[in-house]
Amino acid sequence: MSGLLSIRDLSVRLPRGADRSHALIGVSLDLAPNEILCLVGESGSGKSLTAAAIMGLLPGPQVFAEKGAILFEGRDLLRLSEAEMRAIRGARIGMIFQEPMTALNPVLPVGRQIEEVLEEHTAMTRAERVGRVLALLEEVRIPDPASAARAHPHELSGGQRQRAMIAMALALNPRLLIADEPTTALDVTTQKHILGLIRELQRSHGTGVLFITHDFGVVAEIADRVAVMQHGRVVEQGAAEQVLNRPSHPYTRALIAAVPTLAHSPRGRDFPCAPVLAVRNLSKTYRAAGLFARRRTVHAVKDVSFDLHRGETLGIVGESGSGKSTVARCLVRLLDPDGGSMVVDGLDMAALSRARLRREARRVQMVFQDPFASLNPRRTAGDLVAQGPMLHGVPREEAQARAAELFRLVGLDPAAMSRLPHEFSGGQRQRIGLARALAMRPTVLVADEPVSALDVSVQAQVLRLLRDLRDRLSLSIVFITHDLRVAAELCDRIAVMHEGEIVEHGPTAEVFAAPRHDYTRTLMDSIPGRTWTPPALEPA
Amino acid sequence: MKFLAYAARRLAASLPTLLILLAGLFVLLQFAPGDTVDALMAQAGGGDAVMAAELRRFYGLDLSVPERLAAYLWRLVRLDLGFSAIYNKPVATVILERLTPTLLLMASSLSLAFAAGMVLGVLAARRVNGWPDTVISTLGLIFYATPSFWFGLMGIVVFAVKLAWLPPGGYGTVGAGYAGLRLMLDIAWHLILPTVTLALIFLAIYLRIMRAAMLEVLNLDFVRAARAKGLSETRVLVRHVLRNALLPMVTLIGLQAGTMLGGSVVVESVFSLPGLGRLAYESVVQRDLNTLLGIVFVSAILVIVVNFVVDLLYAKLDPRITATG
Repeated sequence: MSGLLSIRDLSVRLPRGADRSHALIGVSLDLAPNEILCLVGESGSGKSLTAAAIMGLLPGPQVFAEKGAILFEGRDLLRLSEAEMRAIRGARIGMIFQEPMTALNPVLPVGRQIEEVLEEHTAMTRAERVGRVLALLEEVRIPDPASAARAHPHELSGGQRQRAMIAMALALNPRLLIADEPTTALDVTTQKHILGLIRELQRSHGTGVLFITHDFGVVAEIADRVAVMQHGRVVEQGAAEQVLNRPSHPYTRALIAAVPTLAHSPRGRDFPCAPVLAVRNLSKTYRAAGLFARRRTVHAVKDVSFDLHRGETLGIVGESGSGKSTVARCLVRLLDPDGGSMVVDGLDMAALSRARLRREARRVQMVFQDPFASLNPRRTAGDLVAQGPMLHGVPREEAQARAAELFRLVGLDPAAMSRLPHEFSGGQRQRIGLARALAMRPTVLVADEPVSALDVSVQAQVLRLLRDLRDRLSLSIVFITHDLRVAAELCDRIAVMHEGEIVEHGPTAEVFAAPRHDYTRTLMDSIPGRTWTPPALEPA
Repeated sequence: MKFLAYAARRLAASLPTLLILLAGLFVLLQFAPGDTVDALMAQAGGGDAVMAAELRRFYGLDLSVPERLAAYLWRLVRLDLGFSAIYNKPVATVILERLTPTLLLMASSLSLAFAAGMVLGVLAARRVNGWPDTVISTLGLIFYATPSFWFGLMGIVVFAVKLAWLPPGGYGTVGAGYAGLRLMLDIAWHLILPTVTLALIFLAIYLRIMRAAMLEVLNLDFVRAARAKGLSETRVLVRHVLRNALLPMVTLIGLQAGTMLGGSVVVESVFSLPGLGRLAYESVVQRDLNTLLGIVFVSAILVIVVNFVVDLLYAKLDPRITATG
């Protein structure tokens, strides 16, 4: 093997008391120079720990490489001393992280942090270093490199921060670049640029890239080869084209089958009767005000109007800051809109007093994004679901019975009602959240990114459940998401939000096939792996 | 420019605090039985009602409460703290005489607690759950739980009485007539025990905060990123962890400035230091309203100044502050 990096039969031990004895078991990977290897897996598969093992940064004395070898440029990294390893880190192997905000020290200027790499590994003078930093920032195409170098991390946008991280990782032209979910925290349009940049720099420098991700769209976009991990083992490894289109291992097949496809978006169905929810000219403005502070106004939502019919799913898609979550919170009156109306079954929810609202709250219910933070950890799952109806005067026994019925409906065992939220997995918690919302028999269900925090396979299950419930109960759903694949999979109609306004609105198939607005086109164009259609597979 | 505007904003915001504090105390003291004249008469061994009324008129105590408050605040605006009937001197003079020992005591205790807390906190966090961590944390808890007067007394017993290394109290060798450097050394020598006594309690808090902050920062991504850059552990610690971990410590200084003034009452009494804390205690006993209000005014300004400096320091340490503040 003339490879750049060759991991041979690597096993990493976990401390006693963890849910398994080894984080990695017999992992073997090969990476050639000038190649991008994508390491794919769901949370807990051991992909990030593989990266930590290569960097020699396994956490603590209890997590250690038990056997195997990591050969890099002919040397076994596991046998190097700490000093030898330090000379390799940052110089021969660079690394970029998931969250560019937290991966940069908030109190140091960005330029200083890049300079540090040069300071540690080279004998350059201060002036040379500063010059090199500017050249690097130029290379990752940050606008105005000189002021970006002086800026602190919070003064840059997410994309710019990730560019700075890339500049830092590539400062000494390393042979190997490890990218740990580098675009997961970014918006799609930014993600597209960053992926393009990584690809371009990798080509021009001939760097080998180990790219860790959970997103098959990103894999399709960037990978030369793919390795799939499950429970600490590599279950399948091969050329990207082969793994993506003709996966052989059952787990890979299941993962790829779970990826929502863009191709067969549901047809826009006809809804003849009057809408159950009519939103007109909804506006929300934030004002930052202090006694002595300067006042700032942000128009989070401007003149948003849409209709929702019975049994219909409307997807509101947009990037962070587009105002989509503000719309969701206004709909359930967690925020009070500044103007406009939201008529549900003939009642304008925007105009209700607080007291009246409490009585009418059941009309619109919400499912939240974070399955961990959205359930009170000290109440049993059954209580969480029964609580709402009981507050509205349903007797305890009846509410409990209804909760049990709902548990069955969302695919949970009613026997689990007496358990506390932490005893459930993320996907199960999202089902509890859904049951809690449905317990109120809402006219409209607002789901704010309900599957974004879930792994692909769990995400697919929850989406299937939502679709199933919608059809059986004729639910009307407002589905907020940043993920266009998910929107395409579930929604009848799509509204694209940008800077607080709906810029395009129409049946899903139409919006995807022929986007009219420039921004929608940019958005569609940024979907990672948009040219790849997951093969139709029988889930093995 | 942005920084100056921020500073001015913070300063303006502290003015109402001062006003509320003074008015509150003034009203509160009206509820306490007895006034300056009662205390004066008691000292003089009694007197008749005519003389008491005369004295009350002389000190302006016959006016109504709102009138006196207004008069007092108006004098404050002109930076006149009034006249102390008990000491028979302007309040400003009385306070100024007593200010230096307290300031010295506070500054040295604060520095000692901060520095030692920081070092021990870093040590504990570096060996988290190991024996140094356990020893340091246990000691911290003991210091925190023990009353400071007991520490002071034990200090006197051991170091002054038994070992005779340090003076048992006072603010200088009486009648020695030192000057210049010799005087400074003499004062420093007298302040060692009080400083350590006062610092020990606060040390525990700084130690805990530093340890927690270090552990939190050590787990952040940018520390991992710094290691991935190939930096040595010392550099990672000094350049990336320490500066971020110091932020909560700096906040604490501001919060504790007031507590420390309170703590100095006890320590000054134990070591018979002629400081502000003891003056406050004496003024309460003697119902010397003017002096007491003056002390509160000066302490409040002291606390506000410390907090102001802390805010500025914070803004310098953390570039995110001015942008959002």
